Formats: sequence, structure tokens, C-alpha cells
Amino acid sequence: MTSLSYAAPTSVDAAVKLLAGAGGVAKVLSGGTDLLVQMRAGRVKPEIIVDTKKIPGIIGIREENGAFVIGAGTPGAVVEAHAGLNKAWPGIVEALDLIGSTQVQGRCSLAGNLCNASPAADSVPALYAAGAIAVVVGSKGKREVPVEQIPTGPGRTSLGKDEFILEFKLPARPANSSDAYLRFIPRTEMDIAVVGCGISVTLDANGVCTAARCSLGAVAPTVLLVKEMADVLVGHKLDADTLAKLDAAAQAAAKPISDKRGTAEYRTKVAGVLARRVAAIAFDRAAGKATGKTH
Amino acid sequence: MNYISSDLKVVGTRPIRPDGVDKVTGRAVFAADTRASGMLWGKILRSPHAHARIVSIDTSKAEALKGVYAVVTSKDFPEIASEEAFVGEGPMNFRDLSDNIMARGKALYEGHAIAAVAATTAALADEALALIDVTYDVLPHVIDVDEAMQPGAPVLHADMFTAGVNPKPATASNIAKVVTFKKGDIDAGFAEAEVIFEDSYTTKPVHQAYIEPHACLATYAPDGQVTIHASSQGHFMIRAYTAKLLGIDMAQIRVNPAEIGGGFGGKTLIYLEPVAVALSRKSGRSVKMQMTREEVFRGSGPTSGASVTVKLGAKKDGTIVAAQQVLKFQAGAYAGSPVGPGAMCGLAMYDIANVDVVGYDVVSNRPKVAAYRAPGAPISSFAVECAVDDLARKLGMDPLVLREKNAVVNGSKTHYGPTHTNIGFTQVLEATRAHPHWKAPLAEGHGRGLAVGFWFNIGGESSATVHINEDGTVMVATGSPDIGGSRASMGMMAAEVLGIPVSKVKAIVADTASIGFTFLTGGSRVTFATGMAVTQASEKVVDQLKARAAATWDIPVDAVEWKDGKAYPAGTNAGAFEPLDLAAIALKQGRTGGPINAEVSVNAQGAGAGFGAHICDVAVDKETGKVDIVRYTAIQDVGKAIHPSYVEGQIQGGAAQGIGWALSEEYIYNAKGQMDNPGFLDYRCPVASDLPMIEAVLVEVPNPRHPFGARGVGEVPIVPPMAAISNAIKGAIGLRMPDLPMSPPKVRAAIDAG
Repeated sequence: MTSLSYAAPTSVDAAVKLLAGAGGVAKVLSGGTDLLVQMRAGRVKPEIIVDTKKIPGIIGIREENGAFVIGAGTPGAVVEAHAGLNKAWPGIVEALDLIGSTQVQGRCSLAGNLCNASPAADSVPALYAAGAIAVVVGSKGKREVPVEQIPTGPGRTSLGKDEFILEFKLPARPANSSDAYLRFIPRTEMDIAVVGCGISVTLDANGVCTAARCSLGAVAPTVLLVKEMADVLVGHKLDADTLAKLDAAAQAAAKPISDKRGTAEYRTKVAGVLARRVAAIAFDRAAGKATGKTH
Repeated sequence: MNYISSDLKVVGTRPIRPDGVDKVTGRAVFAADTRASGMLWGKILRSPHAHARIVSIDTSKAEALKGVYAVVTSKDFPEIASEEAFVGEGPMNFRDLSDNIMARGKALYEGHAIAAVAATTAALADEALALIDVTYDVLPHVIDVDEAMQPGAPVLHADMFTAGVNPKPATASNIAKVVTFKKGDIDAGFAEAEVIFEDSYTTKPVHQAYIEPHACLATYAPDGQVTIHASSQGHFMIRAYTAKLLGIDMAQIRVNPAEIGGGFGGKTLIYLEPVAVALSRKSGRSVKMQMTREEVFRGSGPTSGASVTVKLGAKKDGTIVAAQQVLKFQAGAYAGSPVGPGAMCGLAMYDIANVDVVGYDVVSNRPKVAAYRAPGAPISSFAVECAVDDLARKLGMDPLVLREKNAVVNGSKTHYGPTHTNIGFTQVLEATRAHPHWKAPLAEGHGRGLAVGFWFNIGGESSATVHINEDGTVMVATGSPDIGGSRASMGMMAAEVLGIPVSKVKAIVADTASIGFTFLTGGSRVTFATGMAVTQASEKVVDQLKARAAATWDIPVDAVEWKDGKAYPAGTNAGAFEPLDLAAIALKQGRTGGPINAEVSVNAQGAGAGFGAHICDVAVDKETGKVDIVRYTAIQDVGKAIHPSYVEGQIQGGAAQGIGWALSEEYIYNAKGQMDNPGFLDYRCPVASDLPMIEAVLVEVPNPRHPFGARGVGEVPIVPPMAAISNAIKGAIGLRMPDLPMSPPKVRAAIDAG
């Protein structure tokens, strides 16, 4: 009979040792909202599960001079209840909030969503757009990695076997900055993005974009950070011409496949549609014209 | 007796549902909740191939695994000759069903059962499945109905020669049967027509998507007695199939009906029970089986995908003078699609002089279809009601006016034979015209669609017993599994006849050894047929109660009157006695003649046909192609709503399933003929937030053949939604979406193509 070990170490070192010492497949457990489903479906058969939630500090949010540190295992519901994050990073909050149901929100985490490495993950485009930094721990110590360097393909990451994410760092924001995330799904909830788009912008006093980061989900093997979309925005207001160029840049960047969730042609078009809609929300928020949830 | 014009005290009210607390607290015992000591877990190995010859099956390694107690393949089941089944809903052949539960010779679809094991744990059973070596010779497969009908298509059954054509074809094909219905002279009809509209439509296979996967617990005792706990729409159906497929006498089999977590027609045939019994017989232990959701999708009955053409001819004044329909239905791996009822129902709403309908029952490499709520009618009506809507446009007529002009009334002869009697279609259309939704202004960019639908409903065999307890409370037992609130409605009808509060009546579903034969819960028959049996049994009990009062008072029985749960002397001549209530008579029943009870079995005839009209408003996001249902009203003749909340729930549920069928549900196959979306994530049923409040409007035109006027209500509401939505989309964007589902990629592509 197959067997499965479970451990819930209370320190980073102990967790890293367990991962490094595993002979077969070792999986890090945070909320488990992907892992348990995959195990039930027989897609992954770990030899050991290392539950990281007992590691001090891995759940929780710290604000440090306008910057935020979010513990890797912090549940979605905790992030969504955090007033400071809602104000500074509404796009990340709304993206995370789209994952699963109310019940799943009590468990799902940013780190799990990133390390599951699905190109359709909802919080990941928002993290890319935000320029979030992942603090990775492993046998060789701690390293800081831009989130867009973590996923390398569907279900694959750049993390070593003995590594896991301890926390995320979000930089302090200049004035007139905000972000937004939208996904397209055929239903209203409990679904997976056909296309996702995250945009973070900083505006000057006249509403001209001075900095931007844009990302697309579910249109390539990994979430994409799309510089061409950001280039279209920087130096411009969000007028019709800029929107059209943004739409075109998103469509040009999208390299989707046709599958059960949508055709490549359709996904490409919707990438352009969402880019325009997300940019409009992010610009409004940055200009102080809109607050709160959009969906 | 008939209570249609009576002053009713219980029927028509909304008491709290008797199974509600158990279900919301998780206490209800579904089939998967049953356990037995020493129980084994049974699991099924399924074909990964859509079409393959089974060259060999080596089970030796699985049998050698410690903890494995039995392995079965088709060799463990008797070979059965082709024989039309006498159970179940829709056409069924015992040999096919035997072949479907355990493949013999060929695997005909991905998910077809190949072997089964019983082991001490579910995980061990899974391990054992992986140890079974099956050698397949993979064959070319065919899924699509039009492709399956082409010459040269892979043929599933070498002995399938199309029935219903003369002369019998010389070569085997995938066309199992052709059904035709003709009325009048179709050529003369089209010659007479001044406006003709013709179009083609396709629908995708969809699953009934009950929340509860199939499950059972079976015990084959050493003396040959078989006990089964199972979730189904008919425990007598399970008994009959199990007996037939294993060659066991029915008297040896007792089937206990578990609480059922949805069926919608999909639990009118069986998959697990004979396998579990075979495993139990071989292992000597009880065997429990339950499907995963993936197995439900890959291995159990969805309904057909189809290809349909409709041609309508009308006079300029809107009189439809000719209608032609060709229906091609996927049956799955074995004959028996619902093309027959599809061919009957699509045009049954209209009084048309010249009609020609042809239906093809076509096998292909998909799971064998099972009944799904008004089997066949939603597919057929989708095509007809889209065509009628476009005909109205071509005529420059209001779509409701066109339907009113051609609507059937009492006395209209259908194209499939019967003459409509006691129908309420006129009243449904009147209620539609009067409803505020029909008159409400449309928001900019929104579209409104209308569609009507028909289902004939059935009656049939039902048994019920009514027992008077010593304290005056009452037990009602029937043989009908409760999938739509029948325990509530049965208790209410008994309470009404007995003249007591419904809280004093307990209704249950009795097992196959404890009640007379009862046909399965399907065809919207239970409130009608089983309700008739309960009413008659209650009346027999009232007769006995009156007789006991008469004996007590020493007066003739016909001098006793039963009113409000009490026996009264009928007039002053009968004597001046204090009324005797039911509890007083019940208490003394032992001394006045013994237990008071009655059992009645009926073969109910005269199920009133049902008609519905749905109005739907949609908003279409032209950039993403997403369709939102913004307002939905379903109007239906329900005869008499015994418990209106349940009736409204049936109508809302049917509409919700229809909305899923219309917009998002479909089987998606890969190039190998494997289902690509066997889970609720990618098989997209609507979730609650996808739906607006569905307003159910109850029109009550009593069915005189039922004591309270009831007619079936559960199936009609899934018939109109797809066309209502397609018609609404056409209103919003000016484009006809003739192919289901009308998913965002399809809508956006249609908009781009103009």
C-alpha cells in the first residue's frame, strides 16, 4: 500500500530539512485548496506533505512605511479584510477575492496560487503588475525573487525542491497610484479565468501615466508580464487612442491555445477587451475617482 | 371522488417540507451514507478508449493483492438475449443494459465498465484496478450524430439494421431506428404557404448533473437473499434489472430506497447494483459502490446531442399550414435516444393541418443516454420555437400573436395521434399576455424572447397504503421515490380526504417488499398517479372510520357523515350522537373490528398534458459575447398545485437547467473521443449568482381525471428555456444563435461575422 507522511514543522529550518530529505515527491501545504483536490484526483501522489502554517509569521500582514509584507500562508479572507491593503493594492485584493468560494477564501493563499503555477491563476497577474517580491527560503538561506520569475510553465516553478515562499513584499506606493484586476469567465463565480488582466499605474497630477506594469493571465504557458502594454500607457492619458493601442498590445502579446475554456482567437480578442476595461478602473482609482470593489 | 370544486383546507397550502430539517442538517440518509459490517468497497475499471475491441483481461495480479476479495468481468454475468425491457423510462433492451454495465467484447465509449473489484478499502480497490491488465485493439470512433450517420462511419454494432424502414436495410449502420409522424399532405401544405422559413439547429449532449453521484450497498447472503440500498428514481426498477441481469428471482431481492439527491431522469436505469451484487456473491461480503463525479460524467447517462432542421410554411395572416421537422439524436452506445418523444412534442403546441416529422435514433461512441427531464422535448422545441420566432419576424407579426393564432385547443388533433383534451394552453397564453413582464419596456441593448413548450405527462402503476395509528395519527406509504416533494403532497392529499391537519400524517417511501408494485418516479407522474392511489386509499379508510362510528352508534353506515376529521350522524333522523373524531375511533379500533388501513393499487390514466410559456430578457456583452439573463418569467398550467412552493421550485429548477443547457453546458470531446471536461469546473452548470429570480406563474386549469385536478409539472419547465434565450439574444443583437450552447466564444464569433 502507498503511504503518505504529514509534518507541520514550527520553524523554517525544520521545514527546509524535511523537504530536502524527502526521497519522493514532497509537497508544501499552505491552504491546500489546490493540493488536496489534485491528490483526490490522483494527479499528484506525494510521499510527504510539509504543512508550513505552523511557522511563526507565515500568516499575517505587516505594514512598514507604506510597504507591505504578506505572509505566504495568509488566507484570502484575511487579506481582503485588511484596510491598508484594500487602499493601496485594491487590484491584488480583488484578484485574490475571485479565487473559489467563501469557504475556499478561508484557506487559499497568494503563495499557493503562485506556486500552483497555473497560467489562469487569478491573484498572479495582480502580483506581477504590482511588482511583488517573493521571499524564498531554502537550504542555502533566504533569497528575494520577483514573482514573475517563480512560475516557469504550467505546474512548474523555479523553486528548488527544498525551497518555499515565506512571504511577499509589496513596495510603498507613490501618490496617485493604484491597480486593478479583471478576469473573464463564462459564469459569475466558481470558475477559472479564460483571460485575466492585471494593471498597476502611477499618474501625475494631470492624469498622465508615469509608470505602469501590465500582465495577462491564461493566454500563455505562464502569466505574462507585458512590457509593450506598459509602454503604451506611460506618457499618456487614457484616451481613445491609448485604449486602442493598449488593446492591440494585449492582443499581440497573447499567445493562447484553444482548449475547453475558449478558443485561441476568442482569448486573444478578450485579452484586448479586458486590458481596456482594467486600465480604465486602475486609472480611475489612481486619480481618486473610484474606490472599492468593482466585482 | 373528485374534490376539484371542494372547499380545500390542506391542498393548496404551503406546509414546511417534511424532509427539510434532515436535509439541511445533513442527517438525511443518502445511498452513500449506508454501511454494513465487514463491508467491502467496490470500484470499476473503465475503458480509456472511445471504441476498442477487448482482446484480453488479466485480473490475476489484482486478485493476488492482499485485501482484494473479488474481481468480476462480463464473464461473471449471464449472457442475455436481446429482449425489450419491461422496466424503466424510454426504450431499453435487457441485453444492451447488461452490456452497458460490464462491457462484453467491445468497449463502446470512454468510461465503459470493463471490470470491477471489491477490496477492504477504497484506496486498495483503486490499487487493484491499476493491476488489471487489459489489452485493447483500438478502433476508429465517432461521436457526432451527423458523422455517425455517414456511410463509412465506424459501426458500433454489427447487428444493427435500421428499424422502421421498409425494406429492412441490407447493411448494418449506426441508425437504430427511424420514427415518422405524418398528418395531412405536406407537399400540398407548402404549396399553399405564402411564407416559408427553414433553418438548422444543433444541441450538445448535456448531463442531468444531479448533485448526488450514483451509490449503492448490496449484500448477497449465503442463502441467495439479496438486499440493496440504493438511490434511484425507482427501487422496483432496480429490483427488476438486477434480477434480470443476474438471473435471480425477484422475490429474493429487496431494494430499500435511500434518500435521493437528484435524478432528473438520470436515475431511471442502473449502473452499479448488479455489479455490487455480483461482487458480493463472489466475496461473501456486503459491497458498497459509489461513483466519483468523473465517473458520473464519463459513465452514466447524459441526454442526446442532436441535429435538427425545421421548415414552416404559413399564410400571410399567420396561419401555419405546413411544418416539417427532421431530428437526428445521439443515443450513445446503444439504441434508445428520446427521439420519439422529441418527434411528438416539438410541434404539439400548434394546430397545423400538414405535418411531417422524421426522427433518427443514432448510436455513437458516447455513454448510453438516460432520460433527462421531458426527454427529447427540449431539443425538439428549441428548434421549433426558434423557427416560429423567425417566422413571426418574416411575417412581421408579434411572436405571441403568431403563437395565439396557431395554438392547440381542446379537440385539436396532434400529428402523433392523440387529440388534446382538458388542456390549458389558451389560459397559459392569456396569462403570458397579461403578465407585466410581457409589457415591460426593454432597457437599451436588451432583448426579449418568448418560447412555449409541451410535455404529455404520464400516469401508470402506483400503490399506496394508509394506516391509522392507535393515537389517530396516520401513516402513508407509497412506492414512489420522492424526488420532487411527493412525501409532502401525498401527506397533504391524505390529510385533506381524512379531514385532519397534515402534521398528523407521516408519508414514507416503502421498500420493494413492503408495498405493491409502483412504476418509477418519472414522466411527471407521481403527484398524479400515486396521488390518485393515496386519495383512494384514504377514502377507503374514511369508509372504515364511518363504519366503526356506525357500529358504535348502532346505526346504518349510510347514516354517518365524515367531515373535518369527525364522524357525524347524517341529519337528525340518524340519531343525536356526539361526533366521534378520528383519534377516538382510532383508539378503539381493536375493539370495533381491528386495524384500520387500506392499500390501493392503480394504473392511472388521463395524466393531463402540460403547457408552459417562458419570457426571458437578456443583456449581451458584445465585446465578450457573454449573455446575462436579466429577467425570467415561467408561466405554466399546473392543473392544481397541491403544494405551491414545490410546484414553483419545479418550475424554477427546470428553467435553471434549461438556462445551463442554453448558455454553458456541454460535453467537450478531444480527438480521441474522450470527454475533456468531466467535472463541475468545466462542465458549466449555472451557479446561483448566474441566475435572476425566476418568477413562476401558476395557471390552474384542473385536470378532471385527478381527484384534486393535478397534472404533472416537473418536466414542462425545461422545454422552453433554450429557445426563449436564443430568441432574446436575437432581439438584443439581431443574430440567430442556432447552436447550443450559446457560449461567449460563439456569440462573439457570430457578432464578428455579422
